[in-house]
Amino acid sequence: MENHPFGILEDLNTKKLTVYEEMKERGYSRRDFMKFCSTMAAFIGLSSSVVGQVANALETKRRPPVLWMHFQECTCCSESFIRTSHPIVADILLDKISLDYTETLQAASGHQAEKSLHDTMEESYGEYILMVEGSIPLANPGYCMIGGISSLEILKEAAAGAKAIIAWGSCASNGCVQSARPNPTKATPIHKIIKNKPIIKVPGCPPIGEVMAGVVVHLLAFDEIPELDNQGRPKAFYSRRVHDTCYRRPNYDAGLFVESWDDTNAKKGYCLYKLGCKGPVTYNACAVTKWNGGTSFPIQSGHGCIGCSENNFWDNGPLYKHLAEFPGFGIESNADKIGVFAAGAAAAGIAAHTIATNIRKRKLIDSNIEEGRKGME
Amino acid sequence: MKPGKEFTEMTSRSVSSNMLYRPMRRIYVFQVPTRIFHWINVVSLMSLIVTGYIIGNPPALLQESEASQNYWFGINRFIHFGSAWIFTVNWIFRVFWAFIGANKWENWRNFLPLSKKQWKEAWEIIKLDVLMIKNDTHLSIGHNALAGFSYFIIFIVSLVMVFTGFALYAPMSESWFPQLFNWVIPLLGGDMFVRFIHHASMWIFIVFTIIHVHLVMYHDYVEGRGELSSIIGGWKFIEEDILENKNKSEEQNTENEDK
Ligand code: HEM
Ligand code: HEM
Ligand code: SF4
Ligand code: SF4
Repeated sequence: MENHPFGILEDLNTKKLTVYEEMKERGYSRRDFMKFCSTMAAFIGLSSSVVGQVANALETKRRPPVLWMHFQECTCCSESFIRTSHPIVADILLDKISLDYTETLQAASGHQAEKSLHDTMEESYGEYILMVEGSIPLANPGYCMIGGISSLEILKEAAAGAKAIIAWGSCASNGCVQSARPNPTKATPIHKIIKNKPIIKVPGCPPIGEVMAGVVVHLLAFDEIPELDNQGRPKAFYSRRVHDTCYRRPNYDAGLFVESWDDTNAKKGYCLYKLGCKGPVTYNACAVTKWNGGTSFPIQSGHGCIGCSENNFWDNGPLYKHLAEFPGFGIESNADKIGVFAAGAAAAGIAAHTIATNIRKRKLIDSNIEEGRKGME
Repeated sequence: MKPGKEFTEMTSRSVSSNMLYRPMRRIYVFQVPTRIFHWINVVSLMSLIVTGYIIGNPPALLQESEASQNYWFGINRFIHFGSAWIFTVNWIFRVFWAFIGANKWENWRNFLPLSKKQWKEAWEIIKLDVLMIKNDTHLSIGHNALAGFSYFIIFIVSLVMVFTGFALYAPMSESWFPQLFNWVIPLLGGDMFVRFIHHASMWIFIVFTIIHVHLVMYHDYVEGRGELSSIIGGWKFIEEDILENKNKSEEQNTENEDK
């Protein structure tokens, strides 16, 4: 591993074991390890020829230090992460990546926890990976303050020494529900605050556990940021819309739509577009990776996608209507209603204009008529 | 002529109606490329509005069939995308035409109120044709300044449609052209809002079309110069005496400017 392009992770903490060594200690066999490597490679969207590379990296590299910060959030990302379906995935990521600091799962608390945090930040300055769950409330430093320090200060301090940042979930990537209008806490996603570090956005409320695991394994195995799209999301998981991989898609193309939740079309499994499915505007891996170990995903359970991984999905509601409300015109207003009103007003306007023309321009019109008559003489 | 008069080119019809008949001059205003542009634009836009509205609000058609038996919604989208290409290329053509080959009534200057003269003309049109506080006609051989500006606005809205439309289309396409619009999505914060703008802006076209067609018919009716047919045959018919007055006042105008 000595000549790895980045070559940073291996010398971090000499006492620490490689991922594979730690797995062996935990009683996993070589076979389990290889299975794990191929599963992860498949999740990341790598071809099977690269599995060896992943295995090699995990065999030789030591775990990177990780700080996992919680700000204004609901912890659903953590919940999703610790429930990654593949038992080894969950195990290796939680036990093998040293989560040197995470409020929810660490044993230490209070000053002890703060010390662990600062130790990691100092010892591995410039080396650790900062994972952030939650947005930063900028409206008031008192909101979401930890140990007397505002979220903003904590984030800035932690980000300064980070090698890369992962923004977990919609909160950290785009603000999620708490940034919905009127955004009382001024909830702000990470990329709007930290500008000088590579940030991987993994949106979703929560993101799929396997997707989170895949991103981490990619970082571990290749020691580099996975390829990102133009919104900073890993292409492997966010390059396609839910709609592009949805198994109900043939119904969409055939114009077969569920009209109401309890109709026969719903029973037949038609497309949920008219009930507000946001699959056509949502980039996520739900229809491919699915949830809960590949059991199902919302559309398979008969409910449209609400677009939880999209920027501002909350303000682009209502959830059960295809067309968003027209901002500023109250509930129940949408672009079509306003458009019909405007077209009606235009039609009324031209009717009035026509009448006015025949009155106000009478002389002119009469002289035209007269002139036209004379022309025939 | 009194200063300011040259902008209005007012003509009192009652005076000239004493004549036995009034000689008209035929003027070739809209050349073939402009007319073809106009009608391709109308047809592709109608197609886009109808198919786009259906994309946004699909009716419950052919509900008894199986998904494998039919593809009407896909075909509807296909027509939308096909018309979108035609609409876009047609506009690109019109922009080129406005700079190269176009005559003085088709030239790009007609669409931007950059000169004081155009502003005055627009104000005159508002008084004559919108508020109708002046009872007369105004001669503008090509578009009047206000109409020209309304076409500029509809050009901008067309750009909005093309940018948002191709941005939404890019993930479904392998071709390079739609990929040029990828940046629109992060700029506007995601597909959801882009789609909303794309849908809502459709109504601007509908309202524009209602008013535009009405005003074309209004001018045809009030002025009797063949306004409506000018976009078909290219001709307008202008009273010779009015045309001469206009030419004179324009000469005077340029002389004044020269001084
Ligand atoms: C000015 C003319 C246009 C009008 C009036 C128009 C109208 C519409 C409307 C009303 C929708 C439905 C939006 C919704 O509620 O989801 C739509 C969808 C769409 N339009 Fe247009 N559009 C126009 C031009 C274009 C252009 C130039 C493109 C470029 C390719 C385009 C591409 C699309 C795409 C990709 C969709 C989404 C279709 C889907 O995901 O199924 N449109 N359009
Ligand atoms: C069937 C309906 C229509 C008729 C009869 C019609 C008629 C006309 C006429 C007579 C003109 C020349 C008048 C002038 O220069 O002010 C004109 C120009 C124009 N119309 Fe229409 N129109 C129709 C629909 C539309 C629609 C739907 C649009 C698109 C939004 C449109 C866009 C334009 C533009 C952009 C021009 C300027 C043409 C140029 O110089 O290239 N028209 N139209
Ligand atoms: S259910 Fe949703 S994601 Fe699936 S095809 Fe219909 S609109 Fe697309
Ligand atoms: S289907 Fe849509 S709303 Fe549901 S989890 Fe996936 S992206 Fe979020």
